[in-house]
Amino acid sequence: MTSPAPIAEPRESAPKLDPAAVPALSIDAVSHAYGQRRALMDVSFNVQPASFTALLGLNGAGKSTLFSLITRLFGIQSGRVGIFGHDVSKSPGEALRLLGVVFQPRTLDLDLSLTQNLLYHAALHGISRREAAARSAELLGRIGLSERAGSKVRDLSGGQMRRLEIARALLHRPRLLLLDEPTVGLDVKARADIISHVRQLVTEQGIGVLWATHLFDEIMAGDDLVVLHQGKVLAQGPMNRVITEAGAQDVNTAFMRLTGAQTMPGGGA
Amino acid sequence: MSSITSRDAPRGFSFAEYMTCLTGIVWREGLRFLHQRERFVSALVRPLVWLFIFAAGFRQVLGISIIPPYETYILYEVYIAPGLMAMIQLFNGMQSSLSMVYDREMGNMRTLLVSPLPRGFLLFCKLLAGTAVSLLQVYAFLLIAWFWDITPPSSGYLTVLPALILSGLMLGSLGMLISSGIKQLENFAGVMNFVIFPMFFASSALYPLWRVQEGSPYLYYLCEANPFTHAVELIRFALYGQVNWISLAVVASCTIVFMIGAILAYDPSRGLARRGPAGGEG
Repeated sequence: MTSPAPIAEPRESAPKLDPAAVPALSIDAVSHAYGQRRALMDVSFNVQPASFTALLGLNGAGKSTLFSLITRLFGIQSGRVGIFGHDVSKSPGEALRLLGVVFQPRTLDLDLSLTQNLLYHAALHGISRREAAARSAELLGRIGLSERAGSKVRDLSGGQMRRLEIARALLHRPRLLLLDEPTVGLDVKARADIISHVRQLVTEQGIGVLWATHLFDEIMAGDDLVVLHQGKVLAQGPMNRVITEAGAQDVNTAFMRLTGAQTMPGGGA
Repeated sequence: MSSITSRDAPRGFSFAEYMTCLTGIVWREGLRFLHQRERFVSALVRPLVWLFIFAAGFRQVLGISIIPPYETYILYEVYIAPGLMAMIQLFNGMQSSLSMVYDREMGNMRTLLVSPLPRGFLLFCKLLAGTAVSLLQVYAFLLIAWFWDITPPSSGYLTVLPALILSGLMLGSLGMLISSGIKQLENFAGVMNFVIFPMFFASSALYPLWRVQEGSPYLYYLCEANPFTHAVELIRFALYGQVNWISLAVVASCTIVFMIGAILAYDPSRGLARRGPAGGEG
């Protein structure tokens, strides 16, 4: 199988401002607590358009909480989250319109067909039926699943489901894509496909990507890195700088030094 | 951190976008329901057991005098049919609302709530979609009941529709309000014992209230105050082409109150928090 082609439309209009001026995603002093337990403490970082930012943290670091805040699933207790300048709390409609998201747990309707899943998502964004049908057919073609359009999602492999979820997240042509540990549970081949697919979206479509993971081998030189540990950002910046500043040779060692972790959970490179 | 400046002027959402969203949500709910045959069958078996067995057995025990909207003496089966229609909606409303608040539908609620449209509108659509599913169940029940000699005037099948939509919305919102507001009622068994059964039995679904009044005035007042009684009466009158204005007023106001309460009380973090590590840091 060849790696799937990028599935978003090229932007028709170039950004009017310098991309650096308006981050795709800006997290500004965000804290969150579940009762007494503090899940996030004063978290701040940006994701630039056309960049791949890896949010690195162990299970329990606060990644999913952060995703829930960005997608306004949870109310923001303190701090600010902006998507291309739109405050998620104050103008969630404008912010969410520009956001595509792939959650870690599967969120497809297994008994519905691929097309039906996509049409439903399009409807949630107010995209008319005709337009939605055209976009769905096109996206399914790009992820190589045209022939399966009418099959139930239940019959797809794990990797195919993930690709479908990514296609779905791009259906409304967002400019920021969040992925929460999207490769968990996939085999090596499917993982590689998904990663190269998303990287193509960054380079070819200029989409800003926030990729949450605890798998170090998914990060490449040139990526931006945010190290989240026990609800705090321990380091952030271009990958090489983070590694150098930690006095390490590779991401793995840098992460261990930063967090003081003794053992890494399975899957680390 | 640099100050956040907006790149695009907010453009809001058009009426067409709202309608697309609404029909999409209802369409999906309908599709899902058609794929779940067991759910359909069990939704039908429950009222049919009441109709075929309970009502047949009680036919001789309970005589029903002529009370509005009926113009003749009626069989007990005919009397309880509207109550059973409301019961279908009660179960459906509680079930779908419970799954909106707790685990089972959480994945779907995530996708739903990432929609840029206002959250209150999304939840309203979801409640309406649940009501649409209950309509399919109710009409399937009416079809079977027709063969059992429960034959309201044919125009009644149409006039009952608005009543069913309103009662379905009321019961769905109530379900959502209860599952969001009362932590202990997190499973269906709890809801059955503490909500469904009391509401169903303390209502006019199974016996006319004048009979209840003879037996126990207190129970009568309780039944009168029960919104479910008014849902049943609204449906009963509408099925015979009449409007019970008091019931309409009660059901309409309860729908508004329950729905606003449910939307305000809805907290997705509750459903997610219980998923534990699998669903995130919880």
